[in-house]
Amino acid sequence: MPNLIEMNRIKKSFAGVAALQSANLNVTPGEVHAIIGQNGAGKSTLIKILTGVYRKDDGEVKINGNVAVISTPREAQDAGIATIYQELSLVPLRSVTENVMMGYEPRTRLGLINWTAAHKRTQEILTRFGIDIDVRAQLGSYSTAIQQLVAIARAVSMNAQLVIMDEATSSLDDQEIEILFGVVRELKKEGVAVLYISHFLDELYQICDRVTIMRDGQTVAQHVISETTKLGLISEMLGRDPEEIKAAGMTGLGGNSKAPGEVLLQAKSIETGRGLKDVSVAIRKGEIVGLGGLLGSGRTEAARALFGLDTLRSGSIARGGGKSAFKTPAEAIAEGVGFLTEDRKREGIIPHMSVRENMTLALLPQLKKMGHVDRKRETELVEGFIKSLGIKTAGMEQPIRELSGGNQQKVLLARWLALEPDILILDEPTRGVDVGAKLEIQSIIREYVDKGLGILLISSEFEELVEGADRIVVLQDGYSVSELQNPGVTEESLIAAIAHHHERTA
Amino acid sequence: MLDTSAFDLRRYIQGNTHNLGVWITLFALIIFGLLRYENFGGTYNVSSFLNYNAMFIVISVGMCFVIMAGGIDLSVGSVAAFTSVIAAYLSPYGIQVALPGAVLAGIAFGALNGFFIVVMRIPPFIATLATMLGAKGGALVISGAQTISIDWSSNFTKLGLELAFGVLPWTIVITAFVVVLFWIILEKTSLGRTVLAIGGGEDASAMMGLNVRRAKMFVYVLSGGCAGMAGVFLASGFGAGQPLEGIGWELTAIASVVVGGTLLTGGMGSITATVAGALLLGLVFNILNFENGRGVISLSAYWQMIIRGAFLFFVIVFQSRVANSGKRGTH
Amino acid sequence: MTQDNHTAVASDTTRKLSWGMITQNGGVVALLVILLFNVLVTPNFLHPQTLFVNISQVATIAIVAVGMTLVIATGGIDLSVGAIMALAGAIAPLIFTSAFAEANPELGLALAIIVPIFVALLCGVFNGAMVSFLNVQPIVATLIFFISGRGIALVLTNGNLQTFSNPAFSYLGTGKILGFPFQGYLVIVIAVAVWWLMAYTVFGRQLLAVGGNERAAQLSGIPVKRVKIGAYVICAGLSGLAGLIVVAINSASDAARIGNLMELDAIAAAVVGGTLLQGGKAPIFGAILGAIIIQLVKYTLLANGVADEVALIAKAGIIILAVYVQQARKE
Repeated sequence: MPNLIEMNRIKKSFAGVAALQSANLNVTPGEVHAIIGQNGAGKSTLIKILTGVYRKDDGEVKINGNVAVISTPREAQDAGIATIYQELSLVPLRSVTENVMMGYEPRTRLGLINWTAAHKRTQEILTRFGIDIDVRAQLGSYSTAIQQLVAIARAVSMNAQLVIMDEATSSLDDQEIEILFGVVRELKKEGVAVLYISHFLDELYQICDRVTIMRDGQTVAQHVISETTKLGLISEMLGRDPEEIKAAGMTGLGGNSKAPGEVLLQAKSIETGRGLKDVSVAIRKGEIVGLGGLLGSGRTEAARALFGLDTLRSGSIARGGGKSAFKTPAEAIAEGVGFLTEDRKREGIIPHMSVRENMTLALLPQLKKMGHVDRKRETELVEGFIKSLGIKTAGMEQPIRELSGGNQQKVLLARWLALEPDILILDEPTRGVDVGAKLEIQSIIREYVDKGLGILLISSEFEELVEGADRIVVLQDGYSVSELQNPGVTEESLIAAIAHHHERTA
Repeated sequence: MLDTSAFDLRRYIQGNTHNLGVWITLFALIIFGLLRYENFGGTYNVSSFLNYNAMFIVISVGMCFVIMAGGIDLSVGSVAAFTSVIAAYLSPYGIQVALPGAVLAGIAFGALNGFFIVVMRIPPFIATLATMLGAKGGALVISGAQTISIDWSSNFTKLGLELAFGVLPWTIVITAFVVVLFWIILEKTSLGRTVLAIGGGEDASAMMGLNVRRAKMFVYVLSGGCAGMAGVFLASGFGAGQPLEGIGWELTAIASVVVGGTLLTGGMGSITATVAGALLLGLVFNILNFENGRGVISLSAYWQMIIRGAFLFFVIVFQSRVANSGKRGTH
Repeated sequence: MTQDNHTAVASDTTRKLSWGMITQNGGVVALLVILLFNVLVTPNFLHPQTLFVNISQVATIAIVAVGMTLVIATGGIDLSVGAIMALAGAIAPLIFTSAFAEANPELGLALAIIVPIFVALLCGVFNGAMVSFLNVQPIVATLIFFISGRGIALVLTNGNLQTFSNPAFSYLGTGKILGFPFQGYLVIVIAVAVWWLMAYTVFGRQLLAVGGNERAAQLSGIPVKRVKIGAYVICAGLSGLAGLIVVAINSASDAARIGNLMELDAIAAAVVGGTLLQGGKAPIFGAILGAIIIQLVKYTLLANGVADEVALIAKAGIIILAVYVQQARKE
C-alpha cells in the first residue's frame, strides 16, 4: 500500500543540541500507527515537525508520495493532518460548536457565520460518535473526555486523512478510553490513519496495527504490533537486553513487608466539594498505602483533603495522638506532612529559582535565624541531598528548569524529605520520568519507608501500586470501596477490585 | 430569513448572566434620574449626554476587542489627543478629509502597537504604555503644546451640531453605526470568533490553525482607529484639537469594559454590555451634575473621581464573587 | 563541545554575582554611554550642582521603583503609586499647618510624617487584599486607587495648592549631609534594606517563589496571600514616602500634580532594571539603575535644549528597547 505519510532522515536540533538525528516514519492510509519511546526520545519533536509547529533542519516529508512543505499548523490542517494534543488544544471558554468549527465556519450568502448550520453540523458529527450534548454550551463545562472527543470531532469535520493523538488517554478513565477506542476504530473504517503516541503499552495491543520505536532522537525499529511482545518493546525503547530487565523486575518499590506501625493519620468518611464522597483511609508508620482507582475516582482529591487544601464537608481526619486535621497546607507542613504533587511544572517547581532555593522552599520557616535565612545550614542540607539522592546538576545554583524531569522530581522529593516528615503523600511520583530515574526514585522512597516514614502513594500504574504498596485502598467514584493487603495482591486482583461494582448505601 | 439561534432566549441568558448586572443598574439609574430630575429625560440632556459620551463609547468598544483577545491598550487616551490635533489641522478641508485623516492616524498608532506586540513580542501592557508616551509627546510636538482651533467655517462643525436625518447629532449616529458594525464583526465573522478564541487560549488557537498574529494585529489597529475617531469627536466637541486631553481615558475605557462584564483575561465579552458600561459610568456624572443643580448638596468635581473609584470597586467585588462561586461550581 | 560546556559553566558562576547580572542587562553599558555623551556634549555636566539636581529628582522615582519591583516580582503591578503619593503629599501639610501642630511643632512634624505614610500603608493593604482575597487582577485592583486616590487628595485640599514654610519638614527634600542631598542617602538606605530583605530573609524568598509559581508556593506552605499583601504594602509605603519628598522639595503641595505618571516611570525603571514582568525576579539595584537611566535621559535631552515632549518619546523608546532585549534573551 502506498504511504500516506513518509518522513525520511529528519534532523532537528535546538540551540545546538540534537533532538532528532535521523528519524524515519511511514504511515499507510487507514492504519493505527503507534510511536513509543522514553521521554526525550524525540517523539513530540517528530510530531511537531509533521504538524508545522517546528521546522526540520534536514530530511524530507512526503504526503501521498509528494514532497510537502509544512510550516504552520494551518498548513498541516489543510494537508489533512489533525492533531489532538496531550494538553488540549481547545478553548474551554468558547462553545462546543465554535471549538469544532473554528476557522471553518459555514457562511451565509452575506459572508457572515451561519450559526444555525454550524450548530447543526456539529451536532451531527458528535452524534456519529454517540455523544449527545448541548453544542451551544461552553466546552469547559464538559469533562476532559468529552473535550477530547470534541477535538477529534473537529479533526473529522475537516476531513482529516491523519489524526495524531498525543497521549490522548492519559486523563481518561476506562469507560472513556473505550469510547475513544470506538472512535479510533470508526476512523479506521473510514480510511483515516491514526498516529498514536502513548506511554501505556497495553493500549497499543488493543488498537494499533504497527509501532515505531524511538530512542535518543532516532527511530530504532518498526514492527507489526501483533508480532511483538511487551518486553521486546521495552528492551528496544531502553536499548537494553530483555533478560536483564526481566531479572531486575519492573519497579524498585518492592521490598519487605513488615508489621505495620502506629497510625499516623486517620481519615474517616471524608467528603469534600470536589467529588470526594465517603473515603476512609489510615496511614501508618513505615508503610506505603496505595490509593487505587481510575482517574476521577477521587485519588488526588483525597490527597488534597488530607493535606488541608480542600475543606471537609463531613467526616474527620485525625492525626495520631488525637490532634485534629489541618486547615491549610502550611499547617500540614508544620505538622510533618508533605505532598509531592502530580503536576511538576504547574504545582511543583519554581522555574527561575535555583536547585537550592527550590529544595528548601517548604523548609524556610525552619531555616530562619535572627530574621534571615541561615545560608550555611541551607547549603549543607542541599549538598547532602544532591549527593544522597544522586541529583545530576551543574551545581546547587543552577536554575531548576535546566534539569531533566527525573532530576527535577528528585529535587522536589528532597523538598519534602528535608522536612523530615512523618507522612509523605506522593501523587504519581514517577510520571513522565525516564525509567532509570524512576527506579532510583522508587528505591529512595523505600529507603525512607524502612526508616519509619508513612507514605500515601497514588499511581496510575498498577504495577507500581501492586509491587510497591503494603496495602491498597480502592476508590470508586469518590467512595473507598475495598482494601487489598500485600503480599498477595496481583495486577489482576487490583483491576478486579477497581472494576467490581460495589453496592453503596446512598 | 432570520437566524433564529441568535434569539434563543435560553442561550442568551446563559451567555449573559455575568453582565445582567450592568443592564439592571443602568436601567435603575435611568429610572431614578427620570423620577428625580425634571429635565433628565429632556431632548437636550439626552442629546448632550450622548454627544459627550460618544468618544468614550467608541474607545470602550475598541478596548473591548483588545481585552477579549487577552490584551490591553493603554495608549487610547494619548492617541485620541493626538488625532484631535490632526482633525483640527485637517478641519479646513472638511469633515470628509478630517475624519478619515484622524482615523488613519489612530490606525497608524494601532499598527505600531500591533508591531511591538506581534512582531517584537513585547507584552501589550508595556508596548501600549510606550505608545501612550510617544503619542502624548507627538501630540505636544505637532501642536506646539497649544490647543488648535478647528476651522469654524468648514463643515467639520456639523459633526456635533447638525442632526442626522433630523433626529440625532451625527456623532451619535456614527457611534451607533460603529457599535453595530463591531457587534457584527464579533458575533458573525470568523475574525471576531478568532479574537475570542485567542483570549481563551492563544496557544490552542494557534494549534487549531487560526491566524493568531493577524487577529492580534487587527484588535490593536481597531482600537487605534477607535481612538482616532474619539479624537475627531473630541475636536468637534471642544471646537479645538486638545493635545493635553485624554489623560486617564484608557482607564475609563477599561472600567467600562470591566463593568460590562467582559473578562479582563480575555476569551469572553460583549460589545453591547460594554456600551452599557460606558453609559453607566457617564450617567454617574450626569446624575451628580443634576444633584448639584438642585442645590441641596454640593459636591466638587473631585468627588466624581472618588465615586468612580467606589463604583469600580463595587462592580469588581460583585464580579469576583460571581466568578469565584462559578469556579466552585465547575470543579 | 567540551569547550562550550566550560564557558557555559563559567557564565553560570558569573551570573551569581550581582555585578555580572547588571552588565548582562546592558543597563550599565547604557548608563556609561549616556554619561560619556553628557561629559562630551552637555555644558557644565561635571558641575556638582548638576549631580545634586539629578539626585534629588531621581530619588522619588527610585524609591517608588523599588516598591514597584517587589509588586512586579509577585507577578502583579501597581498603578496606584502616583495617586498614593498625591494622597500622602496632600495630608502632610494639612497636619503640620494645623493649629495643633503650630502649638506642638515636634509632635506635629512627627505626625505629618507618620500619618501620611500610615494612610499609604492602608492603601497598600487595600490593594493587596483586593488582589489576594478577591482574586482581582492587579491592574484592575490598583485602578481603583489610581482613580479615587487622587480624588480623595483633591477633596481633602479642595483642589488648592498648599504652600508652606516648614524648614524641618523640608529637610526631607532639601537637606544635605556632607554636601549631598538627604534623599540620596535615603534611596541608598532603602535600596540596601530591601535588597537584604529579598536576598536574605524568608519573606523575600517566599515573595520570589510566589511570583515564580504561585500554586507551587502555596503547596509548599507559603502564606501566599500574606506575602502578596506585604509586597503591595511595602510599595504603597514607599510611594507615600516619595510623596512627602516631592512636597518637601517644592515647599508646596498640589494634589493634582504630585506623582502624576509616576506609575509609568516606576514601571519603566523596574523593567529597564531587568525585572521580569511575569514575576519571580526582583533586581533591586537594577531598578535604581533603571531610575537613574530614565532620569539622565530626561536631563540630557532637556539640558541640550530638546523639548519636554520629545523626552517623552525618548522614554517610550527606552522602555520598548529594554523589554525587547529582555524578551530576545528569553528566546
